Amino acid sequence: MALPSYATTGQRVWHYTFRTICGLILFYLIAPILVIIPLSFNATDFFTFTPEMLALDPAGYSLKHYDDFFNNIDWQGPLWNSLKIAPMATLLAVALGTLAAVGLSQSHVPFKGAIMAILISPMIVPLIISAAGMYFFYSRIGLQGTYWGVVLAHAALGIPFVIITVTATLVGFDKSLTRASASLGAGPIRTFFKVQMPLILPGVVSGALFAFITSFDEVVVVMFMGAAGQKTLPWQMFIGLREQISPTILAAATVLIAVSVLLLATLELLRRRNERMRGLSAA
Amino acid sequence: MADATISGGMPAGREARPVASGPVLAADGTPLKASLARSLRRQKARALLLIAPLLLFILATFVLPIGDMLFRSVENRIVGDTLPRTVAALREDTAPVPGEPAFVALYEDLVVAEEYKRHTQLGTRLNYEWGGASSLFRGTGRAVARFGTDVYTDQFQDADPAFEDGAQWAAWMADEAVRAALPETADAYDAWAQFTTEVGNDDPAEEEPGDMVYAALHRDLSAGAQPPGLPAVDVTGFETVSIKELLIEEDDAWGEPEIWNVLRLYAPAYTPGYYLNAVDLQKDLDGVSVRPENDRIYVTLFVRTMIMSLVITGTCILLGYPIAYLLASLPMRTANLLMILVLLPFWTSLLVRTSAWKVLLQQQGVINDILVWAGVVSDANRLVMINNQTGTIIAMTHILLPFMILPLYSVMKGIPPSFVRAAKSLGANDWTAFWRVYFPQSVPGIGAGSILVFILSIGYYITPELVGGTKGVFISNRIAYHISTSLNWGLAAALGTILLAVVLLLYWVYDRLVGIDNVKLGG
Repeated sequence: MALPSYATTGQRVWHYTFRTICGLILFYLIAPILVIIPLSFNATDFFTFTPEMLALDPAGYSLKHYDDFFNNIDWQGPLWNSLKIAPMATLLAVALGTLAAVGLSQSHVPFKGAIMAILISPMIVPLIISAAGMYFFYSRIGLQGTYWGVVLAHAALGIPFVIITVTATLVGFDKSLTRASASLGAGPIRTFFKVQMPLILPGVVSGALFAFITSFDEVVVVMFMGAAGQKTLPWQMFIGLREQISPTILAAATVLIAVSVLLLATLELLRRRNERMRGLSAA
Repeated sequence: MADATISGGMPAGREARPVASGPVLAADGTPLKASLARSLRRQKARALLLIAPLLLFILATFVLPIGDMLFRSVENRIVGDTLPRTVAALREDTAPVPGEPAFVALYEDLVVAEEYKRHTQLGTRLNYEWGGASSLFRGTGRAVARFGTDVYTDQFQDADPAFEDGAQWAAWMADEAVRAALPETADAYDAWAQFTTEVGNDDPAEEEPGDMVYAALHRDLSAGAQPPGLPAVDVTGFETVSIKELLIEEDDAWGEPEIWNVLRLYAPAYTPGYYLNAVDLQKDLDGVSVRPENDRIYVTLFVRTMIMSLVITGTCILLGYPIAYLLASLPMRTANLLMILVLLPFWTSLLVRTSAWKVLLQQQGVINDILVWAGVVSDANRLVMINNQTGTIIAMTHILLPFMILPLYSVMKGIPPSFVRAAKSLGANDWTAFWRVYFPQSVPGIGAGSILVFILSIGYYITPELVGGTKGVFISNRIAYHISTSLNWGLAAALGTILLAVVLLLYWVYDRLVGIDNVKLGG
C-alpha cells in the first residue's frame, strides 16, 4: 500500500498518521520485552535506569544478576526441574498426539466433532479450572505433588497444540502417496515412518515446540499440582514477583527471552522448509 | 483403502448389471455392498484405534479431574458422616432447639469425632455457613472427653465391680440377647470399641469402656430394660445429669437455634449450598435468601471479570485491527519482518511479560521516571498504574493482543485487494470503500479474535494476581484463594463450574463461528 503519486494532501496526512499509530502499537508490543534486557545488566538492585546506565558508563552495568541466576540454588533448582518436566511432557504429548492426529485425518472417523472438541478442550478451559480439577482429583489418587503428576498434567495441556499443528499439516497430505507405498509392498508401520512421517515432520516439530513452551511456561497448574520438589522456573519467578521482587528475575527473564527467540527462529525455519517442500511437490 | 475399492469396483459393477441379474460382486466374489461395508468398518476401527490412546489419556488426566470438580461442588457428606446419630435424631425432632435425645446423639457423635480428630474439619466446613461453628466444635470437642457423664460410670462401678471389667463388657456385648435388650448401650459400646481399636490400637476387651457407654446403659435401664446376665442394678436412685444442660453450659450456642438450623440444612449428602454461596445467596429454613450486604462479593467479582474482559477485548480490537490491516496490506517480505514484532511477544513467557509490566509500571519504574523527566507529572505525584485495574488492563491487553492480531490477519489476507479497488473505481472515496467493502469482510476475523481473547481473559489468573492489587483481581484469583488458603474446596469448585459453563458456551459459539479445526497458531 505504497502511497500513489496522485494522492491528495488528506490521503498523505492519513497515510503517515496511520503508519505512526501502527508504529506506536508495535512499540507497545515489543518495548516492554526489550526494556527488560538492558535492565538485567543493572549494577544496582533498582528496577529502573540509573544515571550511570544512561550515560553508558561501564560502571553502571554488571553481570551480577546473571551470576546470581546461574549460581544460586534458588534459581538453578527450578531451572533443572523445568528442564526435567517439559521434555517428558512434550514426549508424551507428541507421541500420543501425532498418533491421534493421523487417526483423525482418516476419511471416515465416527464422532469426529465430539472427539476433536474433547481433545482441544485443555486449551480452552481456563488454567485455574484445570488446576483446581487436577488438584482435587490427583490428590485423591496420590499423584499430587509428584513428578509424574506434573508431567501428566502438562502433557494434557500440550496435546491440543500438537493435534492442531499436526492435523493442519495432514490436511495438505497427498493420500495417494500412502496407497503407492502400500501397493509397492510396504506395511502400514513402514509406510508411516518412511513416507508419512518425513512429510508431516514440520507439523510434528512445531507441535512439539508448542507443547514444550506450554509446559516450560506453565505456572498455574504446577503451583497447585506440584510440591516444593517440583518448583519450576516460572513458579520461582511468580514467587519472586509476588513476595520480594529481586532483580535476578530480570536476568531469568532475559534468559527466557533468548529461549523464545530461539524457538521462534526454529519455527520460522520450519515454515520456510515446509513452503519450499510444498512448492516442490506442486511443481 | 475404501476409496480404492469403490473406484475399482463400481465401473465393473455397472458393466455387469445388464448381463447378470444377481447382486453386484466385488473382485473377490463377495457382494459389493458387504465388501464395502466391511472395508468402511475396518477403516473406522483403525481410525478409532489410533485415536483411542490419546482419548483415554485426555479422559483420565483432564476430563475426569474436571468431573471430580463438578462432583465436589455439590458433595456434602461431611455432616452426615461425622454426626450420623445427630442427623438421625434431628429428623425426628423439629423443634428449633431439639430435646435431650438429639443432644445425647450429638454427645456420642462428638466423642467419636474427637477421637478421630474429625470435629475440627466439620467445624471448618460449617464455619463457611455460620460464623461461630469452628470455635464451637473445637471447644465442645475438647470438653466432651472430660464431661460430667462420669457420674454414671462411678455409680455403676460402685454398684457392682463387674462393670469395671473390660473382658466382662466384651462378653456381654457379644451376646445377642443382651444387645437386643440394651440397644443404645450396644451402639455406644460398638462405637467406643471401634475407635479404641482403630485410634488407640488397644484391645477393647482389656479396657474399661468410656463414659458414654455407661450413660447409654443408664438410659436403657431407666427405660425398663432387663438384660439377661448383667448384675441387677436399681437405677431409680441414681444421680442423673442432663447432657443437654452440660452441652449448653459448655457453650451457649447449643441452646440457640442457629447451629441446629445449620446442621439440619447441611445434613443431606448433596447440597446446592456452594452454588448459592457462589452467587451471594444463602440457604435458610424457609428457602433461599440474599446474603447480608457485607458478605456479597461473588456477583461483583463475576461482573467485574466480565466487564474487564470486555474492556480488554475492546482495546485488543482497537489496537489489533490497524496492525493486522497493515500486515495484510504490506508486501510479503516487510509483513514477515513486522510479524516478528507480533510473534516475539506471543512466544515470550507470560511471566517475563508480566515482570516487564511490573517493572515498567511501578511508581519508581521506567514509565514514571520518563514522565517525571519529561515534566508531565511532578516527582511527588507519580502515577499509580499498578496494583489496580489500569495495571491489569494494560498488561493483559499486551499479553492477549497477538491472539487478536493473528486470526484477524489470516482473515484479512483472504480479502482480495481488487474488491476495494473496484469500489474506488465505482466512485467510492477511501472511507466508503473501507467501511462498506473491506470492513464487512473482516468481521469474521474480529469475531474469532474477540471470542478467543475474551475466553482467555475471563480465566486469567497470573497477571491479575501480580499486577491487579485488590481492585483488579478476577474470579480466578478468588478460586485460587479458596483452594489454597481458605480450603473451602466446595465453593472453589462451584465458582469454577460457573466460570467453566461460561467458557464452554463461548467455546461452542466459537466452534460454530470459526470451527475448532480452523484454529491457527502463530500465523
